[in-house]
Amino acid sequence: MIRIDSVTKRYPDGTVAVDRLSLDIPDRAITVLVGPSGCGKTTTLRMINRMVEPSEGTILLDGKDIQQQPVNTLRRSMGYVIQNAGLFQHRTILDNIATVPRMLGWGKEKSRARARELMERVGLDGALAKRYPYQLSGGQQQRVGVARALAADPPVLLMDEPFSAVDPVVRKGLQDELLRIQGELGKTIVFVTHDIDEAVKLGTMVAVMRTGGHLAQFAPPAELLSHPADAFVEDFLGADRGIRRLSFFPSAGLELLTAPIVAVDATAEQITAAGAGDAPYLLVTDPDGKPLGWSEPQELTAGEIKADRLLSYGRPFVAGSDSLRAALDCAVLSPTGWAVAVDAEGRAAGVVSQQVIGEAIRGAHAERRADDTAQKVAP
Amino acid sequence: MNELFDMPSYLEHSYLGLVGLHVREALLPVLVGLIVALPLAQLCVRFRWLYPPVLWVTTVLYAIPSLAFFVILIDYTGLSELTVMIPLAVYSLVVLVPAIVDGVRSVPQETLAAATAMGFGPVRRYVQVQLPIAAPAILAGLRVACVSSISLVSVGMLIGNEGALGNLLDSGMRFNQPRLVWLSVVSTAVLAILVDALLIVLRVLVTPWMPRGTRTASRTAAAKEGAL
Repeated sequence: MIRIDSVTKRYPDGTVAVDRLSLDIPDRAITVLVGPSGCGKTTTLRMINRMVEPSEGTILLDGKDIQQQPVNTLRRSMGYVIQNAGLFQHRTILDNIATVPRMLGWGKEKSRARARELMERVGLDGALAKRYPYQLSGGQQQRVGVARALAADPPVLLMDEPFSAVDPVVRKGLQDELLRIQGELGKTIVFVTHDIDEAVKLGTMVAVMRTGGHLAQFAPPAELLSHPADAFVEDFLGADRGIRRLSFFPSAGLELLTAPIVAVDATAEQITAAGAGDAPYLLVTDPDGKPLGWSEPQELTAGEIKADRLLSYGRPFVAGSDSLRAALDCAVLSPTGWAVAVDAEGRAAGVVSQQVIGEAIRGAHAERRADDTAQKVAP
Repeated sequence: MNELFDMPSYLEHSYLGLVGLHVREALLPVLVGLIVALPLAQLCVRFRWLYPPVLWVTTVLYAIPSLAFFVILIDYTGLSELTVMIPLAVYSLVVLVPAIVDGVRSVPQETLAAATAMGFGPVRRYVQVQLPIAAPAILAGLRVACVSSISLVSVGMLIGNEGALGNLLDSGMRFNQPRLVWLSVVSTAVLAILVDALLIVLRVLVTPWMPRGTRTASRTAAAKEGAL
């Protein structure tokens, strides 16, 4: 565990970047430091590998003061990923990744073999090994940055706004990839960002910092969204905090209706039977069960269903694995007000109305409140 | 054909001997200049306040006419090659120091931070990261320094037989022999072009990591430094 113990960083001109900060960073989890610019998040990160030395306080790594360790040994035991990757432009991709193993004296062949293994792990084509950084896209360079940081298998990974400079689509891909890699490797990751959505998505724990280097709140993301400590945190979380919090509510409990689903080749009896329920619309699927679109029951005539005359069904959610946020989003997007749930193969698993989703949200809230009360009573 | 390259006996060298002397007198000073400029430039990068005064001193030294240098140096080094080469080495600093400083400073902050964070000490970082990335800028500076040095060697004729192709030019003018004048001028130009071409080849060889676009960019930078 990394324990930051009442650490202050004061510069000679009197500015205080970090003010008596204490944080216990848990092992094998992603801890995100988030806050507006000038809140001291990067300074805090750089104090962990001693690129910045604290003015007061101590930082302990597994119980040992990092001040007592040789600085370059300490740094080689921590991977570091930076905005724009900071690759060595004069070295090939393979040699970039092999940098730290080479410094640790692993030998050329072993280091390169390890670098190839990591290219695969971060999703880079092996054909890029002999290329130079300028020949790669920003997203690929950032993957190389992550691979380079992981090369010597350090227990700790420090990431300083690593995905800020790439476009949103690539950023989402890199975030998903980081979560996947973390699932496999279980590193202790400290991640700095100014993007609260990124913090909520990636963090096991999120430390919200405010200008002047103060810690505003340190909590798991769901708790941050449900119980912001003060007006600053609430403001920083942004306007649609309620909607975003739904990401932490599973859709598994939603009751899905399968009655209002008809195949495109349904018989007249099947259509009548499907239309007999409460649902004002029927979902038409192709013969494999994949959704095509909505229609009112009386518009459908057996044998003459035209896919291009159907109402769009928006973007379906995956039953069980997606959150209530995805389900609600789907219902809101759909012109009929009903959300379509699909299974992992994309076949319609059922439909659900906004009303039912609303009830599920209220139910989930009640459950959380009960949990909170239980937790408060327990200790 | 042989007549073209026949040399007057008082030059004490064959044609190829003169060319060899010219090359040695021009390029050795640049090499010495580079050896002095590398640590000097690193000090200027490390201590920013040092750069303006260093630049000022190298510029003032460059402004001193070589004749004045010779007058002072003759007391110590006599009428020798060394007397010609010392001023040339000093002159090369005016191009080399800024080229190295700009090259080393152009290494992106992220790259430096990444190197530090990976546990590079200052020396390792300088040798393995900063210098290689500054190589194109340093080579651009070397091209200007070499070409200017090749043209400056000729003034060595002022102290006797140490101007190599410059003495050839001098004797051609003195004895009204256009052949020797042309031979001297054309040979000096061809030498300069050859050395420049060699340095371009060297740059391409040592920087396979450079995108094609910036190759032309650093060429423009070299041209600008040449204009200074």
